[in-house]
Amino acid sequence: MSGNTILGVFAKSPIKPLEKHIRKVHECAAHLPEFFRACADQNWSRAEEIRKTISTLEKEADELKREIRNELPGGIFMPVQRTDVLELVSQQDKIANKAKDISGRVLGRKLEAPEQLLEEFEAYVNRCLDAVKQAAAAINELDDLLETGFRGREVDLVENMIEKLAKIEDDTDSMQISLRRNLMAIEDKLNPIDVMFLYQIIEWVGELADLAERVGARLEIMLAR
Amino acid sequence: MEILINHGSVLIMFAAVVGFFMAWGIGANDVANAMGTSVGSKALTIKQAIIVAMIFEFAGAYLAGGEVTSTIRKGIIDAGYFVDIPELLVFGMISALLAAGTWLLIASYMGWPVSTTHSIVGAIVGFSAVGVSPDTVAWGKVGGIVGSWIITPLIAGVFSFIIFNSAQKLIFDTDKPLEKARKWVPLYMFLAGFVLSLVTIKKGLKHIGMDIGTFEGYMYAIGVAVIVAIIGKFFIARLKFKTAKSRRADYINVEKVFAVLMVITACCMAFAHGSNDVANAIGPLAAVVSVVESGGEIASKAALAWWILPLGGFGIVAGLAIFGHRVIATIGKGITHLTPSRGFAAELAAACTVVVASGTGLPISTTQTLVGAVLGVGMARGIAAIDLGVVRNIVVSWVVTLPVGAGLSIMFFWMIKGAFT
Repeated sequence: MSGNTILGVFAKSPIKPLEKHIRKVHECAAHLPEFFRACADQNWSRAEEIRKTISTLEKEADELKREIRNELPGGIFMPVQRTDVLELVSQQDKIANKAKDISGRVLGRKLEAPEQLLEEFEAYVNRCLDAVKQAAAAINELDDLLETGFRGREVDLVENMIEKLAKIEDDTDSMQISLRRNLMAIEDKLNPIDVMFLYQIIEWVGELADLAERVGARLEIMLAR
Repeated sequence: MEILINHGSVLIMFAAVVGFFMAWGIGANDVANAMGTSVGSKALTIKQAIIVAMIFEFAGAYLAGGEVTSTIRKGIIDAGYFVDIPELLVFGMISALLAAGTWLLIASYMGWPVSTTHSIVGAIVGFSAVGVSPDTVAWGKVGGIVGSWIITPLIAGVFSFIIFNSAQKLIFDTDKPLEKARKWVPLYMFLAGFVLSLVTIKKGLKHIGMDIGTFEGYMYAIGVAVIVAIIGKFFIARLKFKTAKSRRADYINVEKVFAVLMVITACCMAFAHGSNDVANAIGPLAAVVSVVESGGEIASKAALAWWILPLGGFGIVAGLAIFGHRVIATIGKGITHLTPSRGFAAELAAACTVVVASGTGLPISTTQTLVGAVLGVGMARGIAAIDLGVVRNIVVSWVVTLPVGAGLSIMFFWMIKGAFT
């Protein structure tokens, strides 16, 4: 008696794992504010600890990503396109990768944000994480979308969420511009190489929001079919 | 002729044993298919599923199992060719049962969801065409069976597509899904109860000596359906819900309502399965008994001996109780997103299709209807993922079943013929 009964017809659905993956990704990125706080306090052992946590979570997210890919062999018929699922998961995964890169790079150089910019920088990080959070919330609606057969009011709801995500990303863009301008004003007082890295970190943090928005966009494409 | 007179009781006993073996195989192989969606969606536990299946398989076999019997007994092969050689018909039917039973055993062991109906049809065609003469087979009927590989899943798929979409429209895609579910689910219960009781009344009650007119039949069916709906409403009213703030919690509550409904469709499915598939075991057995008891005369219409239907029913239940537990126990892993509402759509559609087919006497397979119904729900974007590879394997097993059944029965036919003559 093997398990190849009619129940084998019901293949393992990618939807729960997708939700699980984005939650893991969000959890991973959500450690960044705490990490920057530790850096600002020059508490490097604490920062190292947090970086390790981020790195572990990133690895776990990677594992989930691989599971999703392995569970989608060619002959699976789904309410959403197979390629969309694969695209979505790699897009989601990039957020965790980026978070890991940021923490690694900052710790590697023991980089601190200049005191004058600290507050603004923290607000900026938090806003970028809002975008990630919003993306996770939208992905978590997939379950309910399935419930309603991917149509009707549930789709409207998700589209609104994605719209809100785009607004958050807009916010982070203007915050980034102001942050760069303020950094430029004080850059001649700082170590030039640190400044270079700071610009890059600012950009990378901004990329978290970009990536989150792209996750939303992929979700939208999924719904459009 | 002498063979039948000299060995009559031995032959009947032998036929009864292999008939029971066949029924046992049906119980073992098809149980997971008939009850699987209920267990998979966690509307029923394994134990509950087995109890439900036992009661309703037996009821279906006993109350509505007679109609398909005649098709297999007389429709596929032309009894006229056997008038002078009735013993060959007896040997053939016994070997057909043995062949189909053996194939079911192998398939169950390997985990293939084969069609019990087609194994017996293949077996009958096999001994008849090769053992006697190709002319004995009504090839048009066999062609019809091949056609049913497409038509049956199609009908079931359309049914489940419609049922699923109606549930979407009426319940899920609304402002207050839970309220709508309370309102509409009793209607689905009515529908399930109606189909179930209609077929019982129209096809089944004849066997226990009641004959009810068409109009009265419909009235009684409506009556039973109303009772089912009221009982369902009572159970829904008793359900405890967590007060739902979010839509998500609301959906979970709606699924609870559907779980109640699922119990009814599980009963329906078991009943439909019993009514359709018991004939596979008892049809050939009934042919053997009627030929032997009349001393070799192949009657155009023979009354079913009283013990044959219960034997088939008990056989199915026994297979279910002994092997079915193991089949159903493999469920639970790997299936995600099979909720009661989706399982319900698939099962009600499959039950309706089987019941309709049972009414027209077409020997369709429960396995096929379920595959079709599952695909229908999938097409309606209801089930998160369907493994088309498995679907393909199942379809291949449908095609393979006919020739394998035929080959085995030819083998057994020569063996039995050699032993008795």
